[in-house]
Amino acid sequence: MMNPENYLILAALLFAIGSVGVLTRRNALVVFMCVELMLNACNLALVAGAHITGTLDGQVTAFFVMVVAAAEVVVGLAIIVSIYKTRRSTSVDDANLLKL
Amino acid sequence: MNTTLVPLVTGAEVTFWIVGPLAVLGALGLVLSRRAVYAALSMAVAMISLAVLYASLDAPFLAMTQIIVYTGAVLMMFLFVLMMVGVDTPDSAVETLKAQRPLAVLGGIGIASLLFFAIGGSVYQPPATVTEANAAFGGNVEGLANLMFGRYVFVFELCSALLIVAAVGAMILAHHERVRIRKGQRELAADRMYAYATKGEHPGPLPNSGVYAGTNAIGAPALLPDGSVAEKSISHTLVRRGAMVDPAPLRQVTGQTFAAIETVRDEEEDD
Amino acid sequence: MILLETIAEPVAATGMFTWAWTMIAVPAIVAGVLLLAGKLTDAWGHLLATAAVFWSFAIAVCLFAEQLRAPATERAVSAPLYTWFSVGNWNFEVGLLVDQLSILFAMLITGVGGLIHIYSIGYMSHDPRRRRFFAYLNLFVAAMLLLVLADNYLILFVGWEGVGLASMLLISFWQHKPSAAAAGTKAFVMNRVGDLGMLMAISTMLAMFGSSKFTEVNAHAASTAPLWATLIGLFLLLGACGKSAQVPLQAWLLDAMEGPTPVSALIHAATMVTAGVYLVVRSHALFEAAPNAQLAVVIVATVTLLAGAWIGTSQDDIKKVLAGSTMSQIGYMMLAAGIGPAGYAFAIFHLLTHGFFKANMFLGAGSVMHGMNDDVDMRHYGALNKVMKVTFLTFAMGYLAIIGFPFFSGYFSKDHIIEAAFAHNTFIGICALVGAGITAFYMTRLMLMTFFGEKRWLPGVHPHESPKVMTIPLIILAVLSVISGIAMNFWIQTWLEPALGIHAHELGLVPTPVGWMTMAVVALGVVGAWLVFGRKPIPATAPATNNPVTLAGRNVLFGDQVNDFLFVAPTTALATATDATDAQGIDKAADGAAHAFAGLSTQVRRLQTGYARSYALTMVIGAVVVGALLILSPLG
Repeated sequence: MMNPENYLILAALLFAIGSVGVLTRRNALVVFMCVELMLNACNLALVAGAHITGTLDGQVTAFFVMVVAAAEVVVGLAIIVSIYKTRRSTSVDDANLLKL
Repeated sequence: MNTTLVPLVTGAEVTFWIVGPLAVLGALGLVLSRRAVYAALSMAVAMISLAVLYASLDAPFLAMTQIIVYTGAVLMMFLFVLMMVGVDTPDSAVETLKAQRPLAVLGGIGIASLLFFAIGGSVYQPPATVTEANAAFGGNVEGLANLMFGRYVFVFELCSALLIVAAVGAMILAHHERVRIRKGQRELAADRMYAYATKGEHPGPLPNSGVYAGTNAIGAPALLPDGSVAEKSISHTLVRRGAMVDPAPLRQVTGQTFAAIETVRDEEEDD
Repeated sequence: MILLETIAEPVAATGMFTWAWTMIAVPAIVAGVLLLAGKLTDAWGHLLATAAVFWSFAIAVCLFAEQLRAPATERAVSAPLYTWFSVGNWNFEVGLLVDQLSILFAMLITGVGGLIHIYSIGYMSHDPRRRRFFAYLNLFVAAMLLLVLADNYLILFVGWEGVGLASMLLISFWQHKPSAAAAGTKAFVMNRVGDLGMLMAISTMLAMFGSSKFTEVNAHAASTAPLWATLIGLFLLLGACGKSAQVPLQAWLLDAMEGPTPVSALIHAATMVTAGVYLVVRSHALFEAAPNAQLAVVIVATVTLLAGAWIGTSQDDIKKVLAGSTMSQIGYMMLAAGIGPAGYAFAIFHLLTHGFFKANMFLGAGSVMHGMNDDVDMRHYGALNKVMKVTFLTFAMGYLAIIGFPFFSGYFSKDHIIEAAFAHNTFIGICALVGAGITAFYMTRLMLMTFFGEKRWLPGVHPHESPKVMTIPLIILAVLSVISGIAMNFWIQTWLEPALGIHAHELGLVPTPVGWMTMAVVALGVVGAWLVFGRKPIPATAPATNNPVTLAGRNVLFGDQVNDFLFVAPTTALATATDATDAQGIDKAADGAAHAFAGLSTQVRRLQTGYARSYALTMVIGAVVVGALLILSPLG
């Protein structure tokens, strides 16, 4: 039987890669996809946790995470589209009105 | 003969070592590819790999959901939006923020190492596996349903509410309020004549794209009688993208073709 | 020397005495009505105000009659009204004490006050703000009655502040004159100094005795530690000095003459300024337990009676001469009050007679001014005895009374004080005697400059006698100036005996050796004044002089300058220094801190690039650091 830690380590690796993507990519869509990747990494960890503990709660939680992610994608993409409509750009650096 | 034969290498292990690197590759592709479409496709690879991993972890329902929801719905939506906002705008390779990239990599390594450090050696016992839990209600889907509509029913309901709110929110965000009266044919015609009167703009239809011997594609500009390019015959979006076909070689081909036709006609007349 | 008789406990109020509170309430309500109803009451407001005071007078007389009927031990009546507030163990009750002492005051205030109200109807008839004037007068009467009728120090203090307020309002009644406004402010501020003493005294009493009721304080006074008794006594003396214009808080009284003359007569001669004497006499038990405080009272009183007389000799303003004289006479009263049981009755006696004859003279001065187009400079008077006969004659009665002409009221009251002073201490006695001589001198000077000699009237001035509404009060007061002395001479000691715990002395009509001496000194003063001012014409302007005594007198003994030097200048310097510290130190520090923060903020602001990715990076690094700490700290 293989060590279930491997799944967790894989999840951690995917999470870290996703976070680096969020920090370095400028295209809002790609940033968004990286966020999805991070969520998926979490899901993997949850499913692996279910496997380790022998209960289904982790899988249920992963399911809920998927639902939330779907809702997030819907709203997030709508926001990106409306930003694109007004600013003609999907670069997160162009939306920098937060500074003084 | 009572001793259970434990194989050194199980199916799950094989799956993991095949699919796990694939997932990592997909993730790296997502982060590293400059074109957004490639990034989306890399992500699809990573997600399908994860679906396979779920299946190998005795979570067939989640594996299916992963494929349907993520690769099916979410990624398709990403691609739709990508098409809307323009596929051909790759990220520039130059990082504009000072020290953002090295620090980001450093942060990623920090997160990864922290997680490795936290995970390492935290699992002492062999995994319990969900086989029993799946069997308790006659299958993985039934077990999940038992939890979802039993213990987590409120969370489930909240999720449905969340989805509805998200749908309504997306509708509101995408909704475009018409702030001035839509122009009819009469108004458009009046505008056109006004522009002609004040700025001298051509009031008639725009010229067609050029028709050459080699192509009549939309990217080929028409030529004016003096031989120059008629700029209005081609969409300026194409011009900006650099998709305009240079008419000079086309003219050459067309000229050769016309010359050949003339020759044949002359020969026929000579006959 | 200290003879503490058992002071009769006041009995509960019955019958007429349950009406005592209306003495205060009616004028107070009328004052409120006149002030609030505004112009509606212009036509009849002065009549209502006068009626209110006469109501109080009627009640006072009735109560007095009731007291006369009752046996001596049951004359003091306490009439508790309601509980003001209670804090912890302290219970502050509003109550009135109508005893032999306060009824005399009540009658003096309402009687003289009523006459002055009548007089003011004529005096203020041309003033557009007459209604307001009467409202203030009524407010004053109510506050003054509250002061003398209160049965504890706290309520007394309420009245004390009330008269201070009314005094300020009335001094600066002609507020269009900057000098009047300034004088009102000055009186108010200087009275605050005295009020501080009062507050300290009351607080100390509350701390020591747990109550400020006269009966309780008197009961505890004898057993108080001398130090605390002395302290309370000195605080009370400070309060009395402020209100009664005693040295060193005397400077406001002369300026207070900026007010209308009836005000000067009522408040700054007959009643309010004697509140200090009332206070000392009322607190006799405390002062008897504190000989040092008594000594302080005597010293202050002696200095004041000489200082007031000194000022009186060199002022040309008729009202200021009378004001100096008031200071001096109150000095006599304080002296008597400070001497101890031997003097209390005489202090009150002189207070009453002084109330009559000084009010008489002030109103007379007002009558003169009325005829002289409000000129107050005596150097512009002269030979008025022909044209203002009634004023002259009534003034002359007051004059004879104050210098102590035999069988006029001042003769009895002042001679008793001088005698008591001699019995107390020869030096003090001599000072009092000299004061009497100077009194005769400056009063004779005033008479000569005002009513005799050449006409020195300014062009366009046509002196005339005042209307009857003004002369009738003058006549009544003149009669009282003449007879009040002999009427009360044998009676007042016995009357006050149960209230103040004193022994009546045998008094005769025939002058004692001290009495003869006094008469001689007074005669000397009169003759001296005649020699200086009666034989040759008075110059129309004050002659220039280098005589320091005269200069000091003309400048009111440099009271303002002393105050400026001792208090105003240091306070100004302190304020300037504080301002400089504030501007240079505190403001700079605050500004510096603000600038430092602004600079820091400018630096920190650079972190706000507006790029979501920068923020996300910060968040990730923060999460890594926190996570590292969480993981590593259990290992450490």
